[in-house]
Amino acid sequence: MAKTLFEKLWSDHEIQQLEDGDSLIYIDRVFLHERTGSVALESLSSDGRAVRTPGRVFCSMDHIVDTLPGRGDDTLVPAGKAFIQSTRQASRQAGIHLFDVNDFDQGIVHVISPELGIVQPGCTLVCPDSHTCSQGALGALAWGIGSSQAEHAMATNTLVVKKPRSMRVNFHGTLSPGVTAKDLILHLIARYGAAGGSGYAIEFAGEVIRNLDVEARLTLCNMAVEFSAFTAVIAPDQKTIDYLQGRRYAPSGDNWGAALDYWCSLHSDPGATFDREIDIDCSELAPCVTWGTSPQHACEITGKVPDIAPGAGDTDHATWRRAYEYMGVQAGQPLRSLAIDAAFIGSCTNSRISDLRQAAAVLSGRRVAEGVRAICVPGSQGVKRQAEAEGLDRIFMDAGFEWREPGCSMCFFAGGESFGFRQRIATSTNRNFEGRQGPESRSHLASPATVAASAIAGHLADPRDYLEGKPA
Amino acid sequence: MKKFQIHRGVAAPLLRVNVDTDAIIPSREMKLVSKKGLSEGLFAGWRYTEVGGRTPTADFVLNRPEYVGASILLSGPNFGCGSSREHAVWALSEFGIRAIVAPSFGVIFQGNCERNGILPVVLDEAVVRSIAEQVEEDPQQCQVTIDLEHQQLLDPRGRQHRFEIARSSREMLLNGLDQIGLTLNRLEAIEKFEEKLRARRPWLFEF
Repeated sequence: MAKTLFEKLWSDHEIQQLEDGDSLIYIDRVFLHERTGSVALESLSSDGRAVRTPGRVFCSMDHIVDTLPGRGDDTLVPAGKAFIQSTRQASRQAGIHLFDVNDFDQGIVHVISPELGIVQPGCTLVCPDSHTCSQGALGALAWGIGSSQAEHAMATNTLVVKKPRSMRVNFHGTLSPGVTAKDLILHLIARYGAAGGSGYAIEFAGEVIRNLDVEARLTLCNMAVEFSAFTAVIAPDQKTIDYLQGRRYAPSGDNWGAALDYWCSLHSDPGATFDREIDIDCSELAPCVTWGTSPQHACEITGKVPDIAPGAGDTDHATWRRAYEYMGVQAGQPLRSLAIDAAFIGSCTNSRISDLRQAAAVLSGRRVAEGVRAICVPGSQGVKRQAEAEGLDRIFMDAGFEWREPGCSMCFFAGGESFGFRQRIATSTNRNFEGRQGPESRSHLASPATVAASAIAGHLADPRDYLEGKPA
Repeated sequence: MKKFQIHRGVAAPLLRVNVDTDAIIPSREMKLVSKKGLSEGLFAGWRYTEVGGRTPTADFVLNRPEYVGASILLSGPNFGCGSSREHAVWALSEFGIRAIVAPSFGVIFQGNCERNGILPVVLDEAVVRSIAEQVEEDPQQCQVTIDLEHQQLLDPRGRQHRFEIARSSREMLLNGLDQIGLTLNRLEAIEKFEEKLRARRPWLFEF
């Protein structure tokens, strides 16, 4: 029988079907970070339980760790140092892999896991972090869990999971220059709503996906959770194989060939049926940016803050009015008229080397507008080293950007460092919720190129104006 | 996880509707990298006179001398609604609460209770109110007994009230198994599956 990619991943890891539609699923890898990892590890050991296979559990310092140059365990997040130090101690005790604060491979979990080859096609990977769905980009079944479930996964190598429904999103056509994976996902969420993927495991497919490189696919899958999906997957192909070859935790020796044979079988069979299928034509798509307080409040950079849709209910009216008011925008206002106070390039969505290259292409030989605070936080030590080898750090710093140490940084406000009160931020991150990047912060989600263009212009701007060599 | 079979104890009425998990443990009270050290923050907004302070509010039920040692809470509908934070259950458990009797519960909270050894007992609102009235006569003497095996609550006047609970939740609580414990009962199946997987996809087990 024709099977979907998700069906193959699921059935290959289903140990037993339980009552009420639950399944016992085998978990190949667990990833932790210092915000929730230490609680899970300490709780496990105080219950007298061991991590069943410590060699397959990994932990990074990313959420709380400081990103200022010269950092150590001290951090601006209240009580943050305690989280960092207890994570270190608990990780050592449990015997798991730890990528410590200034380790050679430290970085954001969803950046370093693919980078080191820890996530692989056909494996199951969980992490107490909602953006774990990013890693489905390599053809893995990867999803975010809670703290207790992390304990469960570490103690048993399994989780009890209700099987989600399946959806395929087909992206057709060819992307115009300057249009990226970030624009694709913002467009999808704007069109089908932030709850559009609720209850589904989604497969991203179509010629646009095949043409995306692995890093762009990670960006796309990263925001599946903002679409409320259980997770997202993309069928592995030659690009995936080339990406993984030679990475530290990728299969080695004879295993590499055997793995390749298996990986090549990981695709939806012709005739496989999905519970839902969506088709999107991308040929006319422009760079996108959010105007409101949900990722679904997104539209093309060339457009205006939209009016409340005719026929919207009372709740929608109230939500939209609240978003206008919170963001300090009005319906009909051109997006490019919105002056920004800050620009942020980083996060598990857009902090990879390709993201930094795209931003640098816009920034090269230009300066950030006066009064704009601009920050670049590479997603990992590896990304930072590569960027510095290519001279991108100079381009960022010459343009007036701060060049930071790897981590989640100001993607969210944890009580420590933040952008200023009611500041407007062009940001390559994933959430524009109220107060997400600081007290009453006004976040506009966009691609790294769009953020870079906005930093130069001093207002939300179209990166194509800069990429095509038009006047700065 | 602590087993729940038969429990007799002092019951404290907190008859409010929609007691949310923010009220059970405010986020500012989650200061430690732990599931422990949370009981001081339990109901902090109601229990203490000021934010961050530790001066007891005299009339809050858990502060009243006649309710010392309370291990059962009686409450209104939708107890434990709101945020999924498991800290709410950890705080209740550390404080010594073993069961909560209410007409209904927040779904996630209810599951968190069952995974942490606290029995959520669902009874009609009128019955909960009646039990509260009996208890209030003399809380230390008028105790409540809950028998999970027979799914019965015995009120201070000796009347029995039957309650329903999902079979798997009942098993988990009766045997003191958390979900990890339940899953470890399937260890043989897990190991068998693991061997099969290892043979077919050895590279997943390289480290």
